[in-house]
Amino acid sequence: MLLSEFKSKELLAQYGVAVPRGRLARTAEQAEERCAEIAATKYVVKAQIAAGGRGLAGGIRFAATPSSVHDEAAKMLGSKLVTEQTTAEGETVHAVYIEAALTLKNQCYVALALDPDSGNPMLLASSEGGVEFEQRARMDEDAVRTLVLSGDGEADRSSLAEFLGGFGIAEAPAIDQIVAAQRAFVENDMTLLEINTFALTADGDWVAIDAKVALDQNALFRHPEFDSIVEDQGLASAEQEAQKSNINFVKLSGNLGVIVNGAGLGLATNDMIIDANGQPANFMDIRTTATSFDIAKGVEILLKDKTVKAILLNVHGGGMTVCDTVAEGLTFAYSRNQRKLPVIARLAGQNADWGVQILRDRKVPVEVFHDMPRAVARAVELAGKGAR
Amino acid sequence: MAILVDKNTRVMVQGMTGRAGTFYTDLALRYGSAYVAGVRPGRGGTRHLGLPMFHTVAEAVAETQANASLVVVPAPRAADAMIEAIEAKIGVVVCITERVPQHDMVRVKRALAGSDTVLIGPNSQGILTPDQCKIGVMPTKDARAGRIGIASRSASLTSEVLANCSAAKIGQSTTVGVGGDVLHGIGFQGCLERFRDDPDTDAVVLIGEIGGREEENAAAYLASVDYGKPVIGLVVGRHAPKGRRMGHAGTLSVFGHDSADEKIEQLSAAGVLIAEDASTVVETVIGALK
Repeated sequence: MLLSEFKSKELLAQYGVAVPRGRLARTAEQAEERCAEIAATKYVVKAQIAAGGRGLAGGIRFAATPSSVHDEAAKMLGSKLVTEQTTAEGETVHAVYIEAALTLKNQCYVALALDPDSGNPMLLASSEGGVEFEQRARMDEDAVRTLVLSGDGEADRSSLAEFLGGFGIAEAPAIDQIVAAQRAFVENDMTLLEINTFALTADGDWVAIDAKVALDQNALFRHPEFDSIVEDQGLASAEQEAQKSNINFVKLSGNLGVIVNGAGLGLATNDMIIDANGQPANFMDIRTTATSFDIAKGVEILLKDKTVKAILLNVHGGGMTVCDTVAEGLTFAYSRNQRKLPVIARLAGQNADWGVQILRDRKVPVEVFHDMPRAVARAVELAGKGAR
Repeated sequence: MAILVDKNTRVMVQGMTGRAGTFYTDLALRYGSAYVAGVRPGRGGTRHLGLPMFHTVAEAVAETQANASLVVVPAPRAADAMIEAIEAKIGVVVCITERVPQHDMVRVKRALAGSDTVLIGPNSQGILTPDQCKIGVMPTKDARAGRIGIASRSASLTSEVLANCSAAKIGQSTTVGVGGDVLHGIGFQGCLERFRDDPDTDAVVLIGEIGGREEENAAAYLASVDYGKPVIGLVVGRHAPKGRRMGHAGTLSVFGHDSADEKIEQLSAAGVLIAEDASTVVETVIGALK
């Protein structure tokens, strides 16, 4: 779960990471007023959305005076920002963060993540930084260097000093901040902490100019302090609703609703749909713990979505998610809703025949296929017809 | 033969008395696997599903010589259960629990370093050597004993590929689910190394997906050795949107370099035969065996 920049910085500041003076605003008037509290010679207005790639999408603007802060905030608030990490519709900007714009002498990139091989925290750093950096790092793997930390404070401090020296970040105050950031990373169950840029100001201070924190959703049970944040800015509402029903759901922009058990089969199904020139309306992974009532909730999300014109049900039954459980779930949803989208069913594995029988007995408008590519082709065709 | 588990494997279940523990233990017993004990603090001295229960893993090992463990413990306590099994020197530990916090896995990985335990998972469907030993949640209906090894990041796709293979009379030596989480135990490389040494495995199928480094590590390993057996690869998520988590936590790309196309390119360069999509894996396997 990504935190907004404002929340990320607030959290880091508690651990002693320096951040620019800033205030949150939800209206343009508020944004202008808050400038007095920040008292800077130049300001920066930043859209608060929980996705990266903001800078390139126009979500960060400089303003010389409080009145131009007002104008920039007015343009951003309520607008939708489309970045490469949001959906095609983009994410609505509900708040902006106003900060003192600082004069920077030296900029770099630092991030903390967990090393998938060793499991230890690792520091990623580059002597470059800034809004285009994420893209450049992708093109050029050597732009970022990695130091795997041991978790032992003292040993880490000396290896950090040596490593960061290579980026011109040799000063003790800079290293103190990275050590503080590492504490914040571990104690808050972060999966990613990115400071881009970590910069030396003209006044000689190292400051986190932007910060992005991803919290581990699976560790929220031991962080009640994040409950209110989860409510305000977690997932899109349909995705949140699905989570509660043991379904992993991601909204996509197409017209073919997809119901699949399992993340891998879900990804494979979406690949096949797009290869067949279709457009999935969603990604769905029914978790093994989902009951038929949970599955019904997932189906209802699709039935309520007017852009969805047909449903592809692709299930390989096994473990606790057997085909009849999924078929039961679908028929519950159909019995409670007026809108009965055509279903293309491909059921395999445990209780496949039973699942098909349930769909037919309950008069679901279903066509049954045994072969996945054929089912996908037919579903794409039906969704396309519905869209016209 | 097979890898990691066979008919001589003696399995205990940590968290056997819960809903999932009971369900999967019962299925494994019906499949004929040698399950010998259950562990649940506070339930020592009782019996469940006809098996003796113990308070701790160490007691269960001492009394029943269990050498493998299935961990079906809720996420907040799963790491402690895995560490207990590692400290008791259990040979193969399979954790099927989903949603284990990543920082808890940091502790588990530290416990694993320097131990001889092979951890499978968490968030894994487990391991199956058909007709010999099942430790996990996978369906066994379509499994068939044979000579293909499967290592996979996805339970549902393993079931799919396995069913298609069995329908074409291509049986499996062992199937291993490495799990859908970012931080996990054995990976593709560990599976490949063991399948290479297994005289009863003729070819290996890798089922990968976007995110993480499993496919990249496998490609680097395969490029560094003369593997000697065909390896077939499927990587799903070619058309998934970037920067979103698609079901498995491990699918979230944090730093770029782990798209399906890049993985396919690296595997292919290392000599892996790439199957276009889930439905063509079996024909790729048949082609490789000719």
